[in-house]
Amino acid sequence: VTARSGRLARRRAAAREPNRLFWAALAAPGIIWLAVLFIVPFYVVLAIAAGRLNELFGTPIAVWNPLQWSTANLAAVWHTIVGKGAYVGPDIVRTIVYTAIASLLCLLIGYPAAYFVARFAGRRKALFLVLLIAPFWISYMMRMLAWIDLLQTDGYVNQVLMDLHVISSPVDWLGGMHVTVILGLVYGYIPYMILVLYAGLDRIDGSLLEAGRDLGLGRLRTFLRVTLPLSRQTILTGMLITVLPMLGDYFTNQLLSGTTGTAMLGNDIDGDLSTPAFLGQGAVLSLLLLLVLIVPMIYYVVATNRSSREAA
Amino acid sequence: MTATAATSARTGSDAAAGQPGRRPRLWRNPWRHAVFLEGFTWLYLIWSIVPIGLAVLFSFNNGKSQSTWQGFSWRWYYSDPVNSVLHDPQLHAAVITTIRLSVYTTVIAVPIGVAFALGINRWRGITSASFNFVMILSFVIPELIFGVAMFLLFTVLFKTVGLGTLAETLGLVTWNVSWPAIIVQARLVTLGRQYEEAAADLGATQMRTMRKVMLPLLAPAIFASAVLVFSSVIDDFVIVDLLNSNASNTPMSVYIYSQQHGGNGGPALNALGTIMLVMSFVIAILGYIGYRWMTRGERGDRNAALTTIAGA
Repeated sequence: VTARSGRLARRRAAAREPNRLFWAALAAPGIIWLAVLFIVPFYVVLAIAAGRLNELFGTPIAVWNPLQWSTANLAAVWHTIVGKGAYVGPDIVRTIVYTAIASLLCLLIGYPAAYFVARFAGRRKALFLVLLIAPFWISYMMRMLAWIDLLQTDGYVNQVLMDLHVISSPVDWLGGMHVTVILGLVYGYIPYMILVLYAGLDRIDGSLLEAGRDLGLGRLRTFLRVTLPLSRQTILTGMLITVLPMLGDYFTNQLLSGTTGTAMLGNDIDGDLSTPAFLGQGAVLSLLLLLVLIVPMIYYVVATNRSSREAA
Repeated sequence: MTATAATSARTGSDAAAGQPGRRPRLWRNPWRHAVFLEGFTWLYLIWSIVPIGLAVLFSFNNGKSQSTWQGFSWRWYYSDPVNSVLHDPQLHAAVITTIRLSVYTTVIAVPIGVAFALGINRWRGITSASFNFVMILSFVIPELIFGVAMFLLFTVLFKTVGLGTLAETLGLVTWNVSWPAIIVQARLVTLGRQYEEAAADLGATQMRTMRKVMLPLLAPAIFASAVLVFSSVIDDFVIVDLLNSNASNTPMSVYIYSQQHGGNGGPALNALGTIMLVMSFVIAILGYIGYRWMTRGERGDRNAALTTIAGA
């Protein structure tokens, strides 16, 4: 018996600690792919950001050796961010303000809806879930297109507002209004927020809420003392999932306004790519953005890892 | 009775009034229907879905207007000899490009991602841990930053690749390989090791265990990730916007964007957007049905399947 169980144990151990080569071989294509097409590209960005400009052709020269890196592009970008005639600086401020307002609105609109579906929808949960998820399956461009139709000077928004006597003459919504761009961002990114909020709120153990009720808390207090603290993590993840793409957004305001008065950082980066002489500056700007976002990104990774481990 | 008294003592306002029975019974019932929340949720749903419904409706308008209904027609889909999706070569090419990119990306990204997930999950070490981290970073990094890196990679370092279909496919695969990698890893965690150990106890080799035990068990996760990759390529915008080179490799999202910003692109764009929408919905519905079928007999309800197919 001992010999047999010994053999079994060895086989078990072999299954648990099999030849590492097998697993390494399985992971290899993915690892090579990510190395060549994810890590190398960022080195290219760095080499161009720290590179020089070919004065004759106005094209950037990538400098691969870190010892020869120059700060010329960084200095040039610095002067577009602060000081006289700086044009990127105001765009950065606008990006921060737009993103802050838009993601807060996403939370204020998304939380009650997600909360309702997770807690109170009852047997109609599937129906609500389908409706909540539907925009997630509709292309961003189609959803913006829908609003462009509605916001035309002779579109439905103006018609309704004039019928209700809110405005007396048509408003040029698409002519560079802050409100339009911010609401466009909210409309574009709220499905992601709601999905995260729903998943988080749905995970909250109902017995905790019952306990709150049993201990004499009213509905509002149960929410404030139990549900809200338990969903703090979810709120933060949901905010991140909207803030990260909003900071790199250039198409929403290009579609809904297209004027420099509502330009965001993403527009500067996107614009830099179309002129070879500005590639270096575009590279610096996107690296700076990455630098600012690396901490929240890592936080997001750690937080979602933790919650998925808890779920499992 | 004592419980009610205690409740009102705690909630303060009733205690101050000294008359616990004042408020209507309905209001005191903590499990009453959430009327206000439901109303709010419906308002949100109307706001999120009606504009798209109108855009779809006007793709069938027998006229150029986006706000006056001039009768139903298939004009913008195929009957208009010049401006319909079928007859305008650029619109036509955009549909083909989107489908082609979705197929290429799914076919490449899913096997790489699944193998990567299996390998990384079982091969414990610094290399696997750090590449897992890189993979998750590629999932959360703002698309614009990644797009800039890809653009510079193909225009500065790998000039032979250049911009176009190949660059788009390479970029999209890198961007989407994290779907299968993450979803399959999550499934591996919930499955545990017991099936593999059982197979090893019964004398199966590593390869055989993989083929006969693991792949069937992972099938729902692989399927769900393929659905997500395919549909996210249909909806992708930033990467293809930065990496396309001419009309023959411009997908639908980029075509809508390039026609729409700075003016009204006309109802043929609505038709194009509607085609995108229908494609995504067909994929979503097939995905849902397929996923439910593959996970039949498992714990978990249709709501769980819905959120899985949406990537939550």
